[in-house]
Amino acid sequence: MSGEIEISIKNLNLWFGNFQALKNINIDIQKNAVTALIGPSGCGKSTFIKTLDRMNDLVDNVKFTGEIMYKGRNILDSDTDVVELRKEIGMVFQKPNPFPKSIFDNVVYGPRVHGIRDKKTLHEIAERSLKGAAIWDEVKDRLGESALRLSGGQQQRLCIARLLAVEPDVLLMDEPASALDPIATSKIEDLLYELKKDYTIVIVTHNMQQAARVSSRTAFFWLGEMVEYAPTIDLFERPQNKRTEDYVTGKFG
Amino acid sequence: MAAKRRETAAIGLLWGAGIATLVILIVILAYILVNGLPLISWHFLTANPGVRGQTGTGIYSTIVATVAVTGVALLVAAPLSVGGAIYLNEYTKENLLRKVIRQAAEVLAGIPSIIIGLFGFLFFVIYLRPYTGGWSVLSGGLALAFMVLPISLRISEEALKAVPAELREGSLGLGATKWQSITTVVMPTALPGIITGLILGAGRAIGETAAILLTVGGALSVPHSLQDPACPMTLYIYNILTEYNDTRTAYGTAAVLIIVILAITFTTDYLMNRYTRKLKGL
Repeated sequence: MSGEIEISIKNLNLWFGNFQALKNINIDIQKNAVTALIGPSGCGKSTFIKTLDRMNDLVDNVKFTGEIMYKGRNILDSDTDVVELRKEIGMVFQKPNPFPKSIFDNVVYGPRVHGIRDKKTLHEIAERSLKGAAIWDEVKDRLGESALRLSGGQQQRLCIARLLAVEPDVLLMDEPASALDPIATSKIEDLLYELKKDYTIVIVTHNMQQAARVSSRTAFFWLGEMVEYAPTIDLFERPQNKRTEDYVTGKFG
Repeated sequence: MAAKRRETAAIGLLWGAGIATLVILIVILAYILVNGLPLISWHFLTANPGVRGQTGTGIYSTIVATVAVTGVALLVAAPLSVGGAIYLNEYTKENLLRKVIRQAAEVLAGIPSIIIGLFGFLFFVIYLRPYTGGWSVLSGGLALAFMVLPISLRISEEALKAVPAELREGSLGLGATKWQSITTVVMPTALPGIITGLILGAGRAIGETAAILLTVGGALSVPHSLQDPACPMTLYIYNILTEYNDTRTAYGTAAVLIIVILAITFTTDYLMNRYTRKLKGL
């Protein structure tokens, strides 16, 4: 497993006020692969993923040190244009968060705020993105309907489509299936399998089976530290660290 | 058994307390409408009041005056209150400035309206006379704006606060700027609450008397510019009662005033309900 590196994280530390949420994290994220982050609640995996597109900036009193190299620049630099960054590194949230607008207006939201006005272009983007998120067939006849009328699983795939419409390179997913039923979850997982051909994906999950099914590499987080990072199959079958072993074998969680 | 009887008695008393509000409202409305409605006619609404005690003609100019001062108050207060609420909720973190501004709004809301009127008199009518024309629609409207501002600021802020953080994150996560997120996602979602705040403020302005008593002038002719003096319906009721003891016209005007306020309340409720349902995709 030696692919191209998309994002390289070195000595990342992060504090909320006096609380250190991330401790000296070092990870290389591979291009066009799914990287899973697992660990018990509060271990820092969500905080970590939100650092990659600087969404933690929204929190009061956040401080960070270290570097996250992406396309030859350090994302954590204070002069990083976070608006531009978030076009390249997009995020799908835990709870589906469609805007209270029509399905169509949701998908083309990104392109619109980035200045695309041409109706035909927007329609092409909408179709391509909805197809990319495997939801086109379910919604193509009701694009004008409110997105809030979709089921939870459909809403989440719509949110993925909305992200694809911005044409990012990296997709960050913060427990994207945790609020969904098993059938909707398996649709999201199938989708991940398709998406990794074109995108670099980092997914946070509390579901170890899910990590095992969808990812090629997995990182285990514990109390703000990155304990072990290895090809998924190795991490689950031959964990090197005692805590990883205890976690993946279900001794704590 | 005694405990059970006490329970029944308590429920009865609480029921009575709840019903009291309804009864009081109905009594007031019925009293005004029964006495006032017979006077309302097309002539009453479209003719101007007579001058110098020649009353019982019409109230046209007072309706115009009410609309005009309320309009001025809203035009001034709406951008300040909505803008202020957006600033407080979206652009500041929970800090001292934010607490101070919020407290200021509460204190402003608590200032007795006659004191707002007194300030309006000294500042708008006397000091800014070259611009406001002295006693005028503009002076009255500006004084009323001070009363609308805190109400609508507070309600707008609550409405913005009620917009789920996930929607903001979703928008920012797609590479929208903060301002784009506010205008395209946050504001439309909060709009029913913001409009409700403005309408409540407008209701306050329409019903206010003390703040305009000293600022608007009380002239019974139709105002033709913002610098003309005028006499809104509330002030007219006060004047004809205290100066001419004309209770009949007072009831008639009061009935019109109440109908206007009820109409605004119910129309807004209906429209906002529809908008909210549409927003939720129902």
